[in-house]
Amino acid sequence: MSGKTKTATKTAKTEMITITIDGKEITVPRGTTILEAARQNNVHIPTLCHHEDLTPFGGCRLCIVEVEGQRVPVSSCTFPVTAPVNVESTSDRIRRSRRHTVELLLSEHCGDCYSCLRNGNCELQTLAQECGVRDYPFGHPTEKTCSLDLSGTSLVRDMDKCIQCGRCIRTCEELQGIGRFKFSGRGYNKTVSTYLDRGLAEVACINCGQCITRCPTGALTERDDTPEIWAAIEDPEKHVVIQTAPSPRVAIGEEFGLEAGNAMTWQLNTALRRCGFDKVFDTNFSADLTIIEEGTELITRLYKALVEKDATVALPQFTSCCPGWVKFMEHEHPDMLPHLSTAKSPQQMFGSVIKTWYADLNGIKPENIVSVSLMPCTAKKFECSRPEMTDSGHKDVDYSVTTREIARMIKQAGMNLPELAPSEFDDPFGTATGSGIIFGATGGVMEAALRSVIEFVTGLKVEDLYEHADIIPVRGFEGCRYAEIKIPETVGPVPELIQHLVPNWDWLKGQTVKVGIAHGIDNARKIIKDIAAGGKFSECHFIEIMACPGGCLSGGGMPIPTTQEIREARAKAIYEEDKQYGETGRARKSHENPAIAKIYKEFLTEGPCGHKSHDLLHVEYTQRGKFMTDATTGGEDVKNGKDKTK
Amino acid sequence: MTIRNTITFASIPTDKGLKAALEKEPKSVINDVIESGLRGCGGAGFPTGIKWKFAAKAEGAQKTVICNADEGEPGTFKDRVILAEWPDLVFEGMTIAAYAIGASSGIVYLRAEYAYMRKMLEECLEKRRQAGMLGAKIAGKEDFSFDIHIHMGSGAYVCGEESALIESLEGKRGEPRNRPPFPVEIGYENAPTIVNNVESLAWVSAIFANGSKWFKGAGTKESPGYKLMSISGDVKLPGVYEFPFGTTLSTILEAAGGEDAKAVAVGGASGTLVPPNNFACKICFEDVPTGGSIIVFGKNRNLLDVAENFQEFFADESCGQCTICRLGNVKLLEGIRLMKQGQCTDQHLEDLCSLGASMQIASKCGLGQTSPNVFLSVVKHFRDEIPRHPVAENDDQKTEKAKSSNLFQSVVQLFRTDADTAKNNSGTNKKGVSA
Repeated sequence: MSGKTKTATKTAKTEMITITIDGKEITVPRGTTILEAARQNNVHIPTLCHHEDLTPFGGCRLCIVEVEGQRVPVSSCTFPVTAPVNVESTSDRIRRSRRHTVELLLSEHCGDCYSCLRNGNCELQTLAQECGVRDYPFGHPTEKTCSLDLSGTSLVRDMDKCIQCGRCIRTCEELQGIGRFKFSGRGYNKTVSTYLDRGLAEVACINCGQCITRCPTGALTERDDTPEIWAAIEDPEKHVVIQTAPSPRVAIGEEFGLEAGNAMTWQLNTALRRCGFDKVFDTNFSADLTIIEEGTELITRLYKALVEKDATVALPQFTSCCPGWVKFMEHEHPDMLPHLSTAKSPQQMFGSVIKTWYADLNGIKPENIVSVSLMPCTAKKFECSRPEMTDSGHKDVDYSVTTREIARMIKQAGMNLPELAPSEFDDPFGTATGSGIIFGATGGVMEAALRSVIEFVTGLKVEDLYEHADIIPVRGFEGCRYAEIKIPETVGPVPELIQHLVPNWDWLKGQTVKVGIAHGIDNARKIIKDIAAGGKFSECHFIEIMACPGGCLSGGGMPIPTTQEIREARAKAIYEEDKQYGETGRARKSHENPAIAKIYKEFLTEGPCGHKSHDLLHVEYTQRGKFMTDATTGGEDVKNGKDKTK
Repeated sequence: MTIRNTITFASIPTDKGLKAALEKEPKSVINDVIESGLRGCGGAGFPTGIKWKFAAKAEGAQKTVICNADEGEPGTFKDRVILAEWPDLVFEGMTIAAYAIGASSGIVYLRAEYAYMRKMLEECLEKRRQAGMLGAKIAGKEDFSFDIHIHMGSGAYVCGEESALIESLEGKRGEPRNRPPFPVEIGYENAPTIVNNVESLAWVSAIFANGSKWFKGAGTKESPGYKLMSISGDVKLPGVYEFPFGTTLSTILEAAGGEDAKAVAVGGASGTLVPPNNFACKICFEDVPTGGSIIVFGKNRNLLDVAENFQEFFADESCGQCTICRLGNVKLLEGIRLMKQGQCTDQHLEDLCSLGASMQIASKCGLGQTSPNVFLSVVKHFRDEIPRHPVAENDDQKTEKAKSSNLFQSVVQLFRTDADTAKNNSGTNKKGVSA
């Protein structure tokens, strides 16, 4: 996924070449592109179709530079350094042509900047300024010619704003291996299209929103739910609560001008209360709950497979907290759905608990509760709209909003987030554990689960096995990771919480727990292929998969832009917060969360995976398949047709 | 019916060139081609021997020789004639190329509109296989096997560009690739590939039949040898002619009976529009180059109609990859329409000319780089043709329009055989100039 890693390995042993860019001598490994060489040396070359996570395209022609010996300028994003040449990043004709390019883009970009969600964070706006656009010699449309694609629950597509850079196409194809967008048509008829130009709800899109975070304009945006939330807040009948996930908290500062990696967890609590939310809860509570339920499910599966020799048990067990990943499996591997953990995601578990236990405890009618979740994710909007996510008897989560939407709400309320005083989360869920926080980074769910499983089984402290309870082997940004955890010969007693499920741990003595981790659907595909081929991942017991490259911390609902550097800074902030929990005496392991003990004692009295848990916290999935029917094209034809987007 | 003077290919015995080439070492074959000075006949004029040298040097197991028979430039039909009359020379040329670079497979990328020739070409290939001049152990040479298959194009002009052609062959959208890497290093299915024009390959056979000195003896220093030209438009004798490089445009016009032309489009839609005061120019890479298309416009032609037609063609045929080509051509077309109505301000005309200059330098491929040429030529050489004041469409203009349509109809006719025309009476010629 990371362009940087690829280049580094490819050029590790290659010769160094010195070129000059604008008279400045620059030495780079052979094969480095001129653009990379320039950026590494603080020479700014404007780009548009280029994104560091994606294959260079060379289509926008903004990054053209003069290279000695070349008849015409070349695109610096695709031109490799192979000889010691002189490069001029700017000249009269290059500046003129860049300006022309932007003027042409504006001639088809129906831009009403004031009402655009990307106003103030739009690459086209920046380029218009940088390239010296002062009027519209080739026109500038003000009337819309395309209708908005509002078919989906998560993404909105506005083709009037599309400038055909192709970043969405490459994101979906290269990072996700899904390919829901393609160029179609030619010349002035060329456009970015879905299969048969259908709405996003009618194609097998997983709603991950990675295309949004790489779209330079407002052509792809999240569905904005903030008006409905403001309306709920204004309604005196409604009790509006919000849960906040860990990833948005480490990134929302970026929306207020902070560098990536500055956590705003406690300031955000204050801001949300001032916006008018009645209660602010920590999604980490339900992340801990997920760990207990999902971990228990894993132990049960392992017991059935290893002790009872039940061949029907589906192993490895896959995580199911990522709704993009779940929808991908429903579309492309419906036969493998039994491998997905039945445990709901933290968002949905919290939703069920709020409209049942919390409502009872506080004597509030569930129908008067408006439950909002702040997520790093656009697919969560789809997840909370699933018809099966109504186990409380109501829509469990009413609105799932992205980091960007909440940042807009805070700005609308006139607050500057970083300046606010910190405040705590509300009870009865209180502040959860460090294990919940690390859900935001790839490998985090696995680490959280292992911390609890290891303590459950061995009776030892994780700290005795891993320094600071940091299970380093499962961390990092490598696309597909594999790790083994050895269970010692001495095991502990089965904790009271799950004594009804397994009699003892003898069957796990000396066993090696094998786990896998992948992020980005393209990497998930590799793991599925490996399992089908009987490779090492087929021997895994538990595999964590997150649809977005880097995990939730670079989800489709996070601040724009995203780069490897930003992802690393956010990951650092997440692990830092987990570490601080250890230092301030707060719990770092899900099973140590006092609110978790309380809910199993008072509400889920049959324990994890018990009857009530099954009713409220577990779910079954839908076999969707790849061919979607469409009322407008006649279902049967489409079913029988080939999926040309593949 | 369209061959108008003596064409060298008619006098080259089949397989003479191939047999001569196979007696040499591959390296010396390449040297002979370099020595002859042959330059690509599709329009760009890259030295053929140098291209082969790069491909021979490049590492790769499955090298490919591609014959570019996607003759799409408006007003060129010489490749059609070569394929129809002397297909053996083309296949020989491919075989020589394969021998030189070490390729085992060849592909003819045949223009969609030439589908009617496919059967004849397949038969020719089969005959060559029977004769041992294609397939395993060619001409008895133990270690040289090479075969050719035909792949049909689908009608996109840009697929005549070599890297877009390769993309199309691989089943992808016909879009030019970023270069470097060039196809000679990473081409069809990532293997070293050479893409040569039909005529270039036929000349290769002729060069080995007659010797590279013979070829170099004709033409100019930078443009040795001979060139086939497709001459159409307002001339008495339209058709395919052969001239040595360096022949003046006036000589060519004289031969075809078009001396009183108002302008001549040399190099088709992507070439230049030459005004009468420059008819003394030489047709060669040092002066006015062409891939073979010469379209003559008589005294009564409205050159804004001509420019409009060409610009429509580019606006439609741009692959759309580069912003400046995709949208630039639309803006130039709109500008021409404004000019025709006498409503293009001087300022806007200046903006458009400046845009045209940017298109020439910023586009990724030859299509975009050459697409504003005719527009810029009209503005530069025929400024008087642009009405200064708003005009209403009168009867005279309507007649002009009709005439103009007829002209392009006649160009389109030249692309087709009679049988083709009969079959496609109502069909539209997607790649040619639309009538």
